[in-house]
Amino acid sequence: MSSAIASAPQWQEDIFSTLKQGGIRQVAYVPDAGHAHVIRRVHAEPSMRPVVLTTEEEGVAICCGAWLGGQRSALLMQSSGVGNCINMLSLIQNCRFPLLTLITMRGEWAEFNPWQVPMSKATQGTLELMGITVLRVSKAEEAAETVRAALDAAFDSGEPVAVLLAQSLIGRKEWTRSK
Amino acid sequence: MTQTTALIERREFVARLLAACPDALVISGLGSPSYDLFAAGDRPENFYLWGAMGGAAAMGLGLALAQPARSVLVITGDGEQLMGLGTLATIGAQQPANLSIVVLDNGHFGETGMQASHSSLGTSLSAVARGCGIRQVMEIRDPAEVAALATLVNRRQACALAQVHVRAEDLPRALPSRDGVHLKNRFRSALGLAPF
Repeated sequence: MSSAIASAPQWQEDIFSTLKQGGIRQVAYVPDAGHAHVIRRVHAEPSMRPVVLTTEEEGVAICCGAWLGGQRSALLMQSSGVGNCINMLSLIQNCRFPLLTLITMRGEWAEFNPWQVPMSKATQGTLELMGITVLRVSKAEEAAETVRAALDAAFDSGEPVAVLLAQSLIGRKEWTRSK
Repeated sequence: MTQTTALIERREFVARLLAACPDALVISGLGSPSYDLFAAGDRPENFYLWGAMGGAAAMGLGLALAQPARSVLVITGDGEQLMGLGTLATIGAQQPANLSIVVLDNGHFGETGMQASHSSLGTSLSAVARGCGIRQVMEIRDPAEVAALATLVNRRQACALAQVHVRAEDLPRALPSRDGVHLKNRFRSALGLAPF
């Protein structure tokens, strides 16, 4: 393990192990700092295929294609990406595809960048308007259990589920290198 | 302009391609490509999109990664692919050797009144595909090239995109099922997978 992988918070490793144990084979992502550890782990895991996206809506369609072909997948993005997915989510609703998406929140806690705020406020509402069940992780110790519950609901019961990972969990972003 | 010089009749081209690729798993983009695919003969291994514009190639990518031993064929139009141009970069980064994308390019948005699309206003979809690193790119103007395209699809040796210049013509619609759950479950069933 590289030092970056070894020093990541435990809840991020818990999410990776939950995805791996849950049989997730494709992980489509638009990167975010809060997903960085999971993305690194997926790249190092031979049973999982990382797919870097140019926009989040591609990921929705990739997850549907994966399920059509018999594989479980997960879609990682930050809250600003949810708005990009709206019409593509009609694929999920019309065909009742399962969906597991993990969304790191920006713009809700100690945010420095106001451009993150409008989509942050609309994230949960947008997902719910499109028929997606929304769960939230606010404490590190809840991460594994909540992601596991979402994964089971998606692939055992065919539900589309989003897990929002609170910005307070991820912590402040450092904007300047020296104090 | 492209549409005045194009010789290829889309329905016949798709029918010949499917006849030469009987084992392919096929996803069609909304509008005319879904009608062309259905007109070539309905089969459970066809998944017809009626919406999700811009998503056909991405869906093909997820399917191709999940089914590496099968040829996956995406048949779409220029307007649909233009809405998902970034996906060509995503596919270029993955290089699934079993994925072929066929863009039936009439240079127009056929479903909405034949407005000119970017592909008759300066964009070359085959140049974009090459720029995204897709290994095998064909630009097809002669209907006889369907045989070479079918060979690429069936061989599964390199990720491919074919830009097929078809006539801009408004053909009678051939309407496949619009029930997404039905299409999904019969497709999965054809692969030996349970419904859901």
